[in-house]
Amino acid sequence: MLSIYPIAPFVLLTPGIDLEFSFTEALIGFGLSPQLAHLLWLPLPMLLVLIGAVVGVLVTVWLERKVSAAAQQRIGPEYAGALGILQPMADGLKLLVKEDVIPHRADSLLFTLGPVLVLVPVVLSWLIVPFGQDLLISNVGVGIFLWIALSSIQPIGLLMSGYASNNKYSLLGGLRAAAQSISYEIPLALCVLAVVMMTNSLSTVDIVEQQNSSGLLTWNIWRQPVGFVIFWICALAECERLPFDLPEAEEELVAGYQTEYAGMKFALFYLGSYINLVLSALLVSVLYLGGWGFPIPVEWLAGLLRQPLESPFVQVFTASLGIVMTILKAYLLVFLAILLRWTTPRVRIDQLLDLGWKFLLPISLVNLLITAALKLVFPIAFGG
Amino acid sequence: MTIANSTELICFFVLASVVVVGSLGVVLLENIVYSAFLLGGVFMAVAGLYLLLNASFVAAAQVLVYVGAVNVLILFAIMLVNKREALKPIEGLQVRRLISGFVCAGLLALLMRVALITPWEVPGPTSIGEEATIRIGEHLFTDYLLPFELASVLLLMAMIGAIVLARRDVISSDVGTGREVTQELIEKTQEPLLVDKSST
Repeated sequence: MLSIYPIAPFVLLTPGIDLEFSFTEALIGFGLSPQLAHLLWLPLPMLLVLIGAVVGVLVTVWLERKVSAAAQQRIGPEYAGALGILQPMADGLKLLVKEDVIPHRADSLLFTLGPVLVLVPVVLSWLIVPFGQDLLISNVGVGIFLWIALSSIQPIGLLMSGYASNNKYSLLGGLRAAAQSISYEIPLALCVLAVVMMTNSLSTVDIVEQQNSSGLLTWNIWRQPVGFVIFWICALAECERLPFDLPEAEEELVAGYQTEYAGMKFALFYLGSYINLVLSALLVSVLYLGGWGFPIPVEWLAGLLRQPLESPFVQVFTASLGIVMTILKAYLLVFLAILLRWTTPRVRIDQLLDLGWKFLLPISLVNLLITAALKLVFPIAFGG
Repeated sequence: MTIANSTELICFFVLASVVVVGSLGVVLLENIVYSAFLLGGVFMAVAGLYLLLNASFVAAAQVLVYVGAVNVLILFAIMLVNKREALKPIEGLQVRRLISGFVCAGLLALLMRVALITPWEVPGPTSIGEEATIRIGEHLFTDYLLPFELASVLLLMAMIGAIVLARRDVISSDVGTGREVTQELIEKTQEPLLVDKSST
């Protein structure tokens, strides 16, 4: 499951291997201008992360099928590849060749634009997910705030597709999705704010680095246990995973906003929801579980083995360990989400809104306040 | 001209045309749902313009507040009160349109004049980039503290107003006219379906 991720050929630690530098140098050697070489470099990391995200979705779909089968004492997909590992591919291929139906009297323009608006912000958010010290597309200063802003665009796409389908179930699903997403975004943002307050930075790289000074013990989950739980609940609600999958509650709304969709447009929703799940799991691991950090700091290990940090071997090892750790933590959380999906009943809409507004919001506010107080009292432990 | 410069120029023209055409669409389109979606597009394009000016925090805040909150709530309101009835014809619509057209043209002329006669400093002040977040926070909690707090009081008033308007069981007469309003709560309290009534 992990080996399908290629080792990302991005920029590694600055004093050691710098792939961007070598790539542009090579192209300049061929007689291109430095600007053009930089322009040719730019799409490579983006493409790689996009492929990584899509492969991550395939793995998640397979995991979902297998875990749900285990939860229901079935075998699950078996014939497509060893252990049914090619089943998600078959699913995707099926959706690819299905007829693209636009219902009669539906608004065809908005109907087509809706799924795109749902998928694009989610994919764009992968911009800020760090797989290592310099293993990310762009270390933007507003980092995690960008993700919160981008994820707030999604309800517009859901409302759009719900409205354009010309179907009462779709419209209800779209409205529910928007209401849910708005109410759970606030506690989510407050939890992120508590972490940001301890880090003094919005950048995801800084957030991870601040946690990894002495390995497992300094991960944010010990300092923000309440924040961790609330963030995870809100992330599940934002992904519309089962305890909170009201927008597409199949017993009530057929399939919510995606009722009228078929073929590739449905696949966009499907892809979007799973990319969002993997992204949320990655961000939980970045914010609370030390991101790319190994439980024992790699610097200590290198010091123990008397290896200089700049040597190519240590660098490649650190980078691969970082990627493996990030993905391992993220997939543990994805596994947890799948288990939750197949073991918990769905909440009602009033319970959902009660939980969001009357329980999670006050608690996350108190959490923020306590974090601020602790930061003033113990500036060493809570980032002064 | 370097590649970076020309990319910036192309981006600027694309975003600016999206803003202009989109806002015209917001005002001129008959279908209110299209107007609302286009408004979201215009907000996004404005966020893009902020990004071009190296103000990434302001751009993200623009997306979060205007697209994620304001526009979603507008859409929400439109879709919840989506009455399929023809609007009553308004008297003198043509004259009204002409007058508002003249007002808008006059405003445009005024703004164009201001833009043309102001001696702009070219190039403008250099942007501080990532430090902007810290600078904005400092300003909000020092010299702009009063407007910041007043805005929060305003939001609180709007929220209380919305609750009072929505909860007719609290105030049963119209606030403006003083007449009795017989509008009931949309959602009535329901008895649980599975409780056996014969036993009680």
